[in-house]
Amino acid sequence: MAVVTDLGHAPALPARRIGRGYWAGVGRRLMRDPVAVIAAIVILTIVLGAILAPWLGLADPYRGSMLRRLRPVGDALYRLGSDELGRDMLTRLVYGGRLSLLMGLMPVVLAFVAGSTIGILAGFVGGRLNTLIMRTVDVFYAFPSVLLAIALSGALGAGILNAIVSLTIVFTPQVTRIAESVTTQIRTRDYVEAARVSGAGPLAIIRVHVLGNVLGPIFVYATSLISVSMILASGLSFLGLGSKPPEPEWGLMLNTLRTAIYVQPVVAALPGAMIFITSISFNLLSDGLRSAMEVK
Amino acid sequence: MDQLRTDIASRDRGGPAQPLLAVRDLVKHFGGRRAWGGAKAGARRGAVRAVDGVSFDVAKGETLGIVGESGCGKSTVARLIMQIIAADAGEVVFDGEAVGTRALDLTTYRREVQMVFQDSYASLNPRLTVEDTVAFGPRVHGLARRAAIARAHDLISRVGLDPARFAARYPHELSGGQRQRVNIARALALQPRLLILDEAVSALDKSIEAQVLNLLVDLKAAFGLTYMFISHDLNVVRFMSDRVMVMYLGKVAEVGACDVILRDPRHPYTAALLASMPSMDPDRRTTEAPLFGDPPNPIDPPSGCRFHTRCKLAAPVCAATAPPLADIGAAHRVACLMATPGSGHPQAAPEAA
Repeated sequence: MAVVTDLGHAPALPARRIGRGYWAGVGRRLMRDPVAVIAAIVILTIVLGAILAPWLGLADPYRGSMLRRLRPVGDALYRLGSDELGRDMLTRLVYGGRLSLLMGLMPVVLAFVAGSTIGILAGFVGGRLNTLIMRTVDVFYAFPSVLLAIALSGALGAGILNAIVSLTIVFTPQVTRIAESVTTQIRTRDYVEAARVSGAGPLAIIRVHVLGNVLGPIFVYATSLISVSMILASGLSFLGLGSKPPEPEWGLMLNTLRTAIYVQPVVAALPGAMIFITSISFNLLSDGLRSAMEVK
Repeated sequence: MDQLRTDIASRDRGGPAQPLLAVRDLVKHFGGRRAWGGAKAGARRGAVRAVDGVSFDVAKGETLGIVGESGCGKSTVARLIMQIIAADAGEVVFDGEAVGTRALDLTTYRREVQMVFQDSYASLNPRLTVEDTVAFGPRVHGLARRAAIARAHDLISRVGLDPARFAARYPHELSGGQRQRVNIARALALQPRLLILDEAVSALDKSIEAQVLNLLVDLKAAFGLTYMFISHDLNVVRFMSDRVMVMYLGKVAEVGACDVILRDPRHPYTAALLASMPSMDPDRRTTEAPLFGDPPNPIDPPSGCRFHTRCKLAAPVCAATAPPLADIGAAHRVACLMATPGSGHPQAAPEAA
């Protein structure tokens, strides 16, 4: 058979790049977005600080001093001031990242896994199972997420683990709904039908054709939940439902410092500033990721 | 190539006389509510009668063209044959074996029959490279990755693309014609005997369309394939087909050899379709639309002959009696009362004594 020659009207492509995969392209586009790069640097700094806190040569986060309480920012001994028990604010802010990030990230990671699984199942199987799952999810939507988090934490009892569990329960339905809607869209695409026609079983279709197209959008949505999760986690700690004193945690610090707001307003606002900077950085990174992943 | 061809030919069971595909009384209604009781219990009310009792054969090695307006059930027939959707009634027989029985399970059947979809972009996974897309089917059927990729490269070159340049590309890096070539390669990867082309060239530019049509003709000869070619474009169907089946509102209107039907259409609908083709001769311009209005609603199709509401030759009897698909010789069959002797239509021949 005469092979029909290549027609040569491919869109003009730059010279063959190494690693031309989809995620390599996303990474390249993300690196060109200055806002996303700055947000990523901020997050990286905070995360590294939290992980490496014991080796940074900081003061003891638990040792206070009755004589040097509520020192202002820029004090010779306490660079970012001291709290109401005379503990070094800089140390506690850096250490506070450990619990705050854990309580912000863990629920989102767990909800991402659980919500994706349930949502992809509901979307791919469809029919009655979909109705059953999605109506159950709707029940959770009836409550405002703050209220639901507080109610669940209150019912489970105070504690970091319980706070993480309750926040996971708050976020799972939201991730489930996104996963379900994306999967339902993908399921009816011609390429999924073509795969079915080629005799592939549901597991092979999900693995090869569904996951690759579905996980991206769910991942972007999940990153946008991190900031909400951090704020809710701080809120739970503020209410005494998360971490307990004397653990350094931004939400809890905000609570214990609130009486000092007229004495040292800047120091009292610092934990709030950390929550704000971290959550807005996660949001900006998530926005950058969203636009970097938008290809035809 | 010859080895592949023998391999495909070796799966033949019933000999050349047995139809490769026989479709019998296929019915598919979408939606609607099941009646709870009464005489019509179990039947659906308000359903779209997309395919309503369609029967035809596809002979080995031929190309059967299927034409009709949008919504006449062409694509539904294709999907029913592919078993993408389940039929409400009727059966599909492949080379003498009913599909879905123990003799011919779905997995085996799906190696034998493959399909090329209309939308070349939507039918390619945007996250898979060309070679992975083509190799997916063989891998699902148990071929090792390396062998599957080798077969993919072979097929990519068979459809006229250079594997060295195209195998590692993603769909968005290809033009429409190139994507449709990849879709054809993907369909051929399982070495099917029957290829269903559902408007496979309709979305392409005319020049690219001609190239892909030529490719399909070449591939058919090279692999000894049988085609079912679905299109709304009569010119394309005329170029491709040995036989043509005309569908109207979920039913077969006329079926027969391509040149016979296009030269001497016996169903008024086929005649109207032919008249709607733009003429190349400026002295024979189409001055008047051969058909008026949209096809009737398939939820509540007209009584009797479904075409009688738009037919210029309709008689009162057409609204009352549904025409059978009558054989008028030379494998030419027409569902029109004018072709049925003794039907009561003024232009029908009197009943043979």
